[in-house]
Amino acid sequence: MSAVLNDETKKVIVEPLVTNNPITLQVLGICSALAVTSQMSTSLIMALALTLVTAFSSAAISAIRNHIPSSIRIIVQMTIIASLVIVVDQLLKAFAYDVSKQLSVFVGLIITNCIVMGRAEGYAMKNPPLESFMDGIGNGLGYSLILIIVAFFRELFGSGKLLGIEILKLTKDGGWYDPNGLMLLPPSAFFIIGLIIWGVRQWKPNQVEKADFKIMSITHGEGGHH
Amino acid sequence: MPNENKQCGHYAKLCAVLEKNENYQKFKVYAEHILALSNNSLEKTIAIAVALCLVCAVLVSLAAVALKPLQINNKELDMKKNILDVAGLLEEGKDIDAAFAAKIEAKIVDLETGDYVESVNADDYDQRKAAKDPAQSIAIPKDKDIAHIRIKAKYAKVFLVKESGAIKSIILPINGYGLWSTLYGFLSVDADGQTVQSINFYDQAETPGLGGEVVNPNWRALWKGKKIYAETDQPSMEKGLITEADTGEPALSLIKGVVDNSKPGSQYQVDGLAGATLTSTGVTNLIRYWTSKEGFAPYLSKVRTVKGAKS
Repeated sequence: MSAVLNDETKKVIVEPLVTNNPITLQVLGICSALAVTSQMSTSLIMALALTLVTAFSSAAISAIRNHIPSSIRIIVQMTIIASLVIVVDQLLKAFAYDVSKQLSVFVGLIITNCIVMGRAEGYAMKNPPLESFMDGIGNGLGYSLILIIVAFFRELFGSGKLLGIEILKLTKDGGWYDPNGLMLLPPSAFFIIGLIIWGVRQWKPNQVEKADFKIMSITHGEGGHH
Repeated sequence: MPNENKQCGHYAKLCAVLEKNENYQKFKVYAEHILALSNNSLEKTIAIAVALCLVCAVLVSLAAVALKPLQINNKELDMKKNILDVAGLLEEGKDIDAAFAAKIEAKIVDLETGDYVESVNADDYDQRKAAKDPAQSIAIPKDKDIAHIRIKAKYAKVFLVKESGAIKSIILPINGYGLWSTLYGFLSVDADGQTVQSINFYDQAETPGLGGEVVNPNWRALWKGKKIYAETDQPSMEKGLITEADTGEPALSLIKGVVDNSKPGSQYQVDGLAGATLTSTGVTNLIRYWTSKEGFAPYLSKVRTVKGAKS
């Protein structure tokens, strides 16, 4: 199976984890990263759903890439992505009803997740199906990684649990831990993602973006004289 | 072409039939013609769009149709689970369908009169759907709409738990607006139409950990034994047990902080949800709405009279 795991495949799977992470570097898919990360279980299912949708939509788009008229290419991509998302939503409702109830509209919102669209337009339109599939898996995993890290902190400090299992005993149940209410609200994900981005860019300084402009220092000469 | 035969594989028979079919041949010729066109030509753009839509439509409808029975089953099972849960009959590992069929009976109630409606099949009736159908629903006047639901179904579907012929509990469907979402749930009351047994919200999207704690079993346990309507000083089983029930003025509410059980009136109070004032207010309002004259007060008072007449 060396053909499957050639250099390109390895690159498209490993790179999106840190070096080219869709959330921390490309800053895509933030909306769902805020919405579903208050619990680990919903994050895991969301991560799985998004990874599968990205992989299969990339593969499908790549398979017909040579015959997609450029004037309607975005709509063609959207149609394929939307169909796959509906199928995933239907599958969840049939086989994982409780989780689909918790995720509610967010599964449907995978359609608007910029990562799926970004990979379709940025990679699948120019590369063969197998590589595109792997690229979708890789980016899905990169997204999943950040989602799980954020959910880990939010669920642990927000409700003292991990995957619904009690870790820190809450004061209201007679324990010692007073939960941080902010962690349960979407803005806390902003702070956590921000900290992750900061950490990654400290570790890999080449990810730091160049400033768009420089603040000028006012020199004394321009102040004018009385 | 040898290549084509390979594609057919063990579908050779189907291929042979197709090869003979005139329309298939025409389609093949047309498809080859389209694929050979330039991507920017109008004809190809339209043909690709139509073909893609067809394929996607088939895929989506296949998934929807094939999975529908499973989904409906899931929904029904979930609803039955919630009803058994609020009735206190949910046991781990037991068959939900069997337990439901054995112990619970669905009834349709006319909200205005409080009478049972026998003409509607209780098994097929969906109250949430009926509330959306103008023919089966009533718009609630703004000044009375404390639960912020705007419309309610004319008929409600209640569930009775019976034990050796006598009603053990009455399960009432309730809904109302919290902070972010409409909460849907069940309130289970004793046959006296006054004492709360349990409450359960099965559909809500309040803030997890704050308003979302309406599903917390510890909080739900606080409801047991609370009274819905204010009682007279000397309660007696025969008459005058509930003075305010007949006016349809419920007394039950959520308060800020923890209820002091030694204080008078604590039987009408439940702890509010910490950090979720708006959800707590919403729950108070929806309980008050559904136990008022607008909701189940006429029905509950009839249940009481029937029971009084029997004893």
